[in-house]
Amino acid sequence: MILDDFMVRATLAGVGVACAAAPLGSFVVWRRMAYFGDATSHAAILGVALALALNLSVFAGALAIALIMALTVTALSGRGYAMDTVLGVLAHSALAFGLVAVSFLSGVRIDLMAYLFGDILAVSKTDLAVIWGGAALVVACIGMRWSALLMSTLNEDLAYSAGIDPKREQLILTVALAVTVAVAIKVVGVLLIAAMLIVPAAAARPLARTPEGMALIAAALGALAAVVGLRAAYVFDTPAGPSIVCVAAVIFIGTSLFGRRLAIR
Amino acid sequence: MSLLSVENLTIGYGAQTVLQSVNLSIEPGEIVTIVGPNGSGKTSLLRAIIGAVRPTSGRVTHQDGLRIGYVPQKLHVDPTLPMTVDRFLRLPGGHSRADCAAALHKAGVPDLRTRQMSGLSGGQFQRVMLARALMTMPQILLLDEATQGLDQPGSAAFYRQIEDVRRDTGCAVLMISHELHVVMSASDRVICLNGHVCCEGTPEIVSSAPEYRALFGTGTGGALALYRHDHNHTHDDGCGHDHSHDHHHHDHKPTEAAE
Repeated sequence: MILDDFMVRATLAGVGVACAAAPLGSFVVWRRMAYFGDATSHAAILGVALALALNLSVFAGALAIALIMALTVTALSGRGYAMDTVLGVLAHSALAFGLVAVSFLSGVRIDLMAYLFGDILAVSKTDLAVIWGGAALVVACIGMRWSALLMSTLNEDLAYSAGIDPKREQLILTVALAVTVAVAIKVVGVLLIAAMLIVPAAAARPLARTPEGMALIAAALGALAAVVGLRAAYVFDTPAGPSIVCVAAVIFIGTSLFGRRLAIR
Repeated sequence: MSLLSVENLTIGYGAQTVLQSVNLSIEPGEIVTIVGPNGSGKTSLLRAIIGAVRPTSGRVTHQDGLRIGYVPQKLHVDPTLPMTVDRFLRLPGGHSRADCAAALHKAGVPDLRTRQMSGLSGGQFQRVMLARALMTMPQILLLDEATQGLDQPGSAAFYRQIEDVRRDTGCAVLMISHELHVVMSASDRVICLNGHVCCEGTPEIVSSAPEYRALFGTGTGGALALYRHDHNHTHDDGCGHDHSHDHHHHDHKPTEAAE
């Protein structure tokens, strides 16, 4: 069967993550929440540590902590702190708590690097199901709330006047983000998921004229980065996750230099 | 029945009360203007009407199925968000391109459909905001300092457009304005707000009310008459208006503290 090839599984996993990250990443860019990716993914390290301590699956632990993080950010952002301050405080403290928690797990040997950079080449068929299931859930959720999310992003009062509650939309967005991070942690790792959220969306910006266009182009560029990055990793024997992000970064440089000329009208 | 009514509305943020026991109602087709110094709760009142602020006490009642067109005070479209005028108008959805074209025409900017929102001039942007507010065929337009940042001819043209829209569609208009000369010539009713409703009524009644004079008229004496009747003095207006504003701020603070 075709899924027996680890390169095929890895490619499918990468494309799945790119699809989920594209629409979310667009919102992260539009709402200037770039640090959110870092904050949630740093929190996920704490989740990994707790999962190992409590003998839960890594996915469950990361998901739970990422969700708590999302709720905390939403609750704090309305209390007079700027978004970047809230995210900065939470990102660094979550990372610190995570690393301290890991140090208590004396009996367990953790390859922290594996969780930091992911191991896309070790993706199993079950992982693939989790990734595509999670991605489908995120895309469906964002798709259904698309207009409301967009209105809330443009202007909160404009959203209220159209009968949309921007606070609820922000919560939906942060929860979707948390799910995506939990799903992606296995594939590209904690540090790189933030890059997969932002880099393809940023690379798509000069090519797009509408928000929908930007999300779709971001998905295409993310998928391209996954495919090319994995191929490059195979050929040059480089680490797979970072290779994907490198390709995404090269695409970003390309579109920022030449994007205006290529813009899709 | 009134389009919307506000009963005994009190709004506070933390320990600070910004609006106290406000009552007002808007009838179909009328133009009502809210005037008041900075920090007098004008924007909070409008935000309470659209449901963006939860009142501490009192309530806001809309007529069943009331369609509101809202133009917020400031709207910044981030350049990272690609958005054509056309797409912007069709948010949150359900409108055809023909509706957009019609709304842009009504707002006086029929040629902007394919432009990017972040590339519009201040005047164009406000017209597009107006077009957006008109998309739902509103029964009432809420404008929060819609001409902020426009030059005098621009804002005069904007208000003429509002009057045309009212004439053509029969919608009511509730607006906040700092431009007293416009307010006094274009409104059916004026509400003077400063944490509470100081006075309200036709422009004539309000402009002769002592409460209003205490806020806007001190020292300038006949300046109000000038707003309404003496159109030759528009240049002086801006100046006199600013000064009275400043004066008010210093004058009125102790009173607010006393409350």
